[in-house]
Amino acid sequence: MEPSLAGGEDQALLAELRAGSEAAFARLLREHGGRMLAVARRLVRDEEDARDAVQEAFVSAFRSLDRFEGGSRIATWLHRIVVNCCLMRLRSRRRRPEESIEDLLPRFLEDGHQIPPAVDWSEPVDALLQRQEICALVRASIDRLPESFRTVLVLRDIEELSTNEAAGLLGITENALKIRLHRARQALRTLLDPHLRGAAR
Amino acid sequence: MSEKPSGKPYIPCEEVVTFLWAYVAGELPAEKTSEFERHLAVCPSCVAYLDSYRKTIELSRESFQPGSCEPDGEMPEDLIQAVLAARRGA
Repeated sequence: MEPSLAGGEDQALLAELRAGSEAAFARLLREHGGRMLAVARRLVRDEEDARDAVQEAFVSAFRSLDRFEGGSRIATWLHRIVVNCCLMRLRSRRRRPEESIEDLLPRFLEDGHQIPPAVDWSEPVDALLQRQEICALVRASIDRLPESFRTVLVLRDIEELSTNEAAGLLGITENALKIRLHRARQALRTLLDPHLRGAAR
Repeated sequence: MSEKPSGKPYIPCEEVVTFLWAYVAGELPAEKTSEFERHLAVCPSCVAYLDSYRKTIELSRESFQPGSCEPDGEMPEDLIQAVLAARRGA
């Protein structure tokens, strides 16, 4: 993420926003809107929902300008509002019965050995990322995770919220969040494994 | 510190794999960490699992960096206009 506005510029923009300048609000949208829409697409996936969540987030940000204390950057503040709007949207969406994650978790023999044993992914991440199909594979695999696991993985490993923040937003304990994140990573690992195991190409 | 050279059983793979998140996050107590490392020193399967687990985390993050797959792009003009209109009504 590139810092688009320095602290001083943030302050100047904030002053204009508080004065009710539509031009300043339009600048805020052009400056941050693209990235916020990308965040919303990752979380809610549906394009219409993502656009609605972003619209709601910006209007809500505008309403709560007085409560923004300038302790964080505008980008960080907006990011949290977008994440929150997306989570509310996910919560209110009619829930389909969630697929079980059990089939994607590692299995063990009674003596505690993993079965089948794990196989090396010998290619380094840098090299993997040079391959165009890998990025699409990772994204598609994340999309295959059951919703509550996918959400936690996106919040922690992609949006980089802290355990405390993510747990607070989801209304679960930090420990429950850590375990759900672990299972989500394990399941994603299982989905990627057939493509990445073995020798480098 | 006295190290028990032998006799002490290894923790099972299941324990390593189940609590890997805490090992990776550096949240295990020192004593547990050394039990994990003792296990990892003799278990290629858990070493492979740990490495691929770390790579999974890294791949998640990297696959959504601006510029990977498709760029973030700009906010579509019609959405900008819709938000501006919604703000006027707010």
